[in-house]
Amino acid sequence: MMNLFVLQLLNGVQLGVLLFLIAAGLTLVFGIMDVINLAHGVLYMVGAYLIATFAAATGSFWWGLLLTLPAAVVVGLVVEFVVMRRLYARSHLDQVLATFGLVMIANEAVKMIWGTSPLSVPMPEIFSGSVPLMGPLKYPVYRIVIIAAGLAVALGLFVMVNYTRVGMLLRAGATNRDTVSALGVDINRLFAIVFTLGAVLACLAGAMVAPILSVDTGMGESVLILTFVVVVIGGIGSIKGAFLGALLVATVDTIGGVFGPIWLRSFLDPSAAGQMGRVLAPMLVYILMAVILFAKPAGLFGRRA
Amino acid sequence: MTELTATATPANRPALSGRVKAALVLFVLFALMPPVASALDDPFYVLIGTRIIAYAIAAMALDLILGYGAMVSFGHAAYLGFGTYAVAILSRHGINDLFLQIVFAMGISAVFAFVTGAISLRTRGVYFIMITLAFGQMAFFFFISLSAYGGDDGVALAQRSTVLGMDLLETNFGLYYVSLALLIGLFFLCHRIVGSRFGRVLTGVRENPTRMEAIGFSPFRYQLTAFIISGCITGVAGVILANQAQFVSPAFMSWHKSGELIVMVVLGGVGTLAGPIAGAVAALMLEEWLGHFSDNWKLYFGIFLVLMVLFSPHGITGVLRKMGLVRGQE
Repeated sequence: MMNLFVLQLLNGVQLGVLLFLIAAGLTLVFGIMDVINLAHGVLYMVGAYLIATFAAATGSFWWGLLLTLPAAVVVGLVVEFVVMRRLYARSHLDQVLATFGLVMIANEAVKMIWGTSPLSVPMPEIFSGSVPLMGPLKYPVYRIVIIAAGLAVALGLFVMVNYTRVGMLLRAGATNRDTVSALGVDINRLFAIVFTLGAVLACLAGAMVAPILSVDTGMGESVLILTFVVVVIGGIGSIKGAFLGALLVATVDTIGGVFGPIWLRSFLDPSAAGQMGRVLAPMLVYILMAVILFAKPAGLFGRRA
Repeated sequence: MTELTATATPANRPALSGRVKAALVLFVLFALMPPVASALDDPFYVLIGTRIIAYAIAAMALDLILGYGAMVSFGHAAYLGFGTYAVAILSRHGINDLFLQIVFAMGISAVFAFVTGAISLRTRGVYFIMITLAFGQMAFFFFISLSAYGGDDGVALAQRSTVLGMDLLETNFGLYYVSLALLIGLFFLCHRIVGSRFGRVLTGVRENPTRMEAIGFSPFRYQLTAFIISGCITGVAGVILANQAQFVSPAFMSWHKSGELIVMVVLGGVGTLAGPIAGAVAALMLEEWLGHFSDNWKLYFGIFLVLMVLFSPHGITGVLRKMGLVRGQE
């Protein structure tokens, strides 16, 4: 039981770290530009497809990753320049529609380019084993590497936001972008930087997770909604909120999915508990969101509702 | 409170507003479609027509809150799903009456709209969009894991609903005209709601919630009521959709469907009621038409969407208005 708990906790943290990478960009785009971007999940999917292609072409995961990152910068800049830039001054409704259109375009384009069958990415050789955890329990090294890499990026982001000039502008922009603009900061350039940064983080998440998932067109969708929940729980525009929200959502999702039915079985008969557990487990994160919003409509670290 | 109703006396209203006229034209075209289709030996269009009517009802219901209440609900497909599952669940238990199924669909929709609306309406803007999307997704996952009714695969319906014991809906023509009657009835219901004191308060809240609160209205209560009404009407659309497809699955409630409903509303013109009906016709016909050309029609639909937003922010009515074909307020 304890082993299972530790295992699921690690899986939860690993999912949480990935969700954070995606949510960080999303929350900045929401907070600073006040733009709702449904196509953010698409960037995660594109990251996975890019590394699948580059890794297959070069025969190495590392070369693949090295090529994916600059490609992600290009993708981010192009999407920002062609579509997002024209949406900043528009209503949320227009933003929803245009980015929904982007989702349709990207999903179909991916199908046309790479086909409908899922791709797989080889695991880098040195991380393919597993380490003994406690007793008979083993944990894949690669998942630990994902956790470590995610935490490193989170730390880097923390330093950037709090101790650099760009970070200062980001924080100022999230608080009041009109004032920042009035003080002579090139707000368009700042927006382009923020959007591209978010795109690169989402692509990176997709690239990192590609070896342990099958890469297919649906992968952006499920993650997108979870990321929305993370951003809403954490409070729009808050990196700290996104980090805590991501860990909270991911651990509730993984641990609740395994331990919910076990807990239900303690006072229901097994078949009813199994049935109810299957129904309730995927709803847990949304119930969590509802409870948090009921208490704090602006999220845990949100400034405005 | 009574002063407001005084301003809405029939005397200062035109006999038939342009929107009602536009809707009547649409309804006449709808009524003429099946005879024309069978004359052209293409009765399949009647079934597609029923689907269009179902989505027209849903789009109109969404317009009630999106257009008149400025609530961008991105989870409205959930109510379509409740309507379809109301049919599936009741018919499993031997209840096939259309009216009972509609009442059941409205009941589930009302409860869900009440609970999720009460939470979502504590927020606004981007939060509201994302929260309604998340709740819609919650309903989606609930039905995916509901293995008693087919789970992910869905469940086929043994028969269509009956009307007062008669199998009026067994023919595609019968189903089509009953659906059309529902659309017309619900349109005039929505039209009455929008023109009533309640509708005026709702519009007032859309324009300026603070002022409405200052003169003694609680925005939350009006918005929540509108949200529930909209959900219930969308549930009715789901009942039609289940009968049309004779198949029920969670696919009806995926977030893409919610997005398509918003597309229909915007395509036809936000806050016009008749517009979203035309929007549903336009969007679904565009889908059918693009589907003839290519399996990747979604790519072209997406490009169309992006271009529409970038170049014509007010939908089809916006374009028509620019060309001077339609008059009306912004």
